[in-house]
Amino acid sequence: MNAPFQEVQARQTLAVVDCDIHPAHRTPGELLPYLAPRWREHYQTYGVHVRQALSSTLMYPRMMAAGMRADALPASGPAGSDLDMLRQQHLDPVNVEFGLLMALSKGGMEERNPEFAAAMSRATNEWQIDHWVRQEPRLRAGIVVPQEFPEAAVAEIERCAGDRRYVQIMLSSRPSDPLGHPRYWPIYAAAERAGLPIGLHPVGYNGGHPSTGSGWPTYYLQEHYVFVACMEALAASFILGGVFERFPGLKVVLVEGGFAWAPALAWRMDKHFDKFRKEVPHLKQRPSDYLRQHIWWTTQPIEEPEHPRHLIEIIDWIGWDRLLYSSDYPHWDYDNPSFSFKFPMTEAQRRKIFRDNAMALYRLS
Amino acid sequence: MSRHVVCSADELPPGARRTAFVDGREIALFNVGGQLHALLNRCPHGGARICNGVITGIATSSGPGDYRLERDGEFLRCPWHGWEFELATGQSWCDPRTTRLRNYEVRRESGGNLVKGPYVAERFPVIMENDYIIVEL
Repeated sequence: MNAPFQEVQARQTLAVVDCDIHPAHRTPGELLPYLAPRWREHYQTYGVHVRQALSSTLMYPRMMAAGMRADALPASGPAGSDLDMLRQQHLDPVNVEFGLLMALSKGGMEERNPEFAAAMSRATNEWQIDHWVRQEPRLRAGIVVPQEFPEAAVAEIERCAGDRRYVQIMLSSRPSDPLGHPRYWPIYAAAERAGLPIGLHPVGYNGGHPSTGSGWPTYYLQEHYVFVACMEALAASFILGGVFERFPGLKVVLVEGGFAWAPALAWRMDKHFDKFRKEVPHLKQRPSDYLRQHIWWTTQPIEEPEHPRHLIEIIDWIGWDRLLYSSDYPHWDYDNPSFSFKFPMTEAQRRKIFRDNAMALYRLS
Repeated sequence: MSRHVVCSADELPPGARRTAFVDGREIALFNVGGQLHALLNRCPHGGARICNGVITGIATSSGPGDYRLERDGEFLRCPWHGWEFELATGQSWCDPRTTRLRNYEVRRESGGNLVKGPYVAERFPVIMENDYIIVEL
């Protein structure tokens, strides 16, 4: 009982670009070959150092399968570690033309030792290419960087830039400071020079802050919801901090943080902008203008209002050219493109959200 | 309604599950302690193949501080988003949008604290006959 069956789903016809796939290490030592001897020794002697007790466990226990799809556990290794299973369960039946990897665990963003964080980030990036992108031409890597050590982050971006197998720079949406802070600006300058979007995705608790402004959530349900609060805070920080004024070519993708909140945030910022303009004289446009020009949103986990058509009005405001389909495979809250959008779309809207927006933003080919 | 032999009885002993294609539809079959269940193998919410879900009970509570796991083996939890379906009816339960109202009543009515969810998994009659498992659809 409770053992998974083989996938035999029919292939869906519309090709999609999936902007959130999580690869996992099949074995605990999988990054060791990509570390210099000094850091291999460190890894094996001291281990990783994240801002969380019981660092190999989940801070908020999930209701099943350690937060994974219960049917995505391969014969050996954790969910997300088996490329063949990824192909059979997702890339083939869902007809994924391109899939963007978001490497979460032990990538360097959570690591407290800055030099080790830089080594782990580089190792993770090389591992993504070797284990995934080189084996499967539909996959693309995201550059993991030690974001709290901007100098090393810039070096890693520059090392990878120009290699089109890397299509974005990944930052955690739980940083030490709000991401509009000038100390992160060298990362944005490097992103702009490389012509790569920044993808924000929640990664553990790397900043060390409670995930809400009023403390730690009580339940996983609450913790899952506050991804939204993180993204709102960071979008406001980017905009009001003047990041987009300083880096007009910068593009930011908010991954797994919802999108239905976007109009409400813009309305509130615009309302006060007219009154408090002198406080932020570096802004030349209204906050909503920056939001619409510089920010993209992925769709998973998609909001499910009682009347699914309500999402149409929200997307009309955001722009049908701003949403990017994402699945979150192999996580439990996986969105299948055939079932997750419960409102009618025109063929043109469907093509934009499922494929064309991501093709253009990430310059995929 | 037509009858379809899907497998022999010993291919679906108690504790086992399997899938079968009938008239182009994939059916998930379960034998839970001798009780047979047949459901369309597609979650009505997100499209998962529900044959891969965990057979479980349901967590109930009359209020904060009181939690019970009841009716073990009577529910199927979807392997993706965790919607729970009563195997005997296909009905989803524990819709958080309506439980608050019913929680008030449950203090006086035992068993009334389960509230119907919006989804119903499609079920089919399934019987054992002459050592064969037969599904009707």
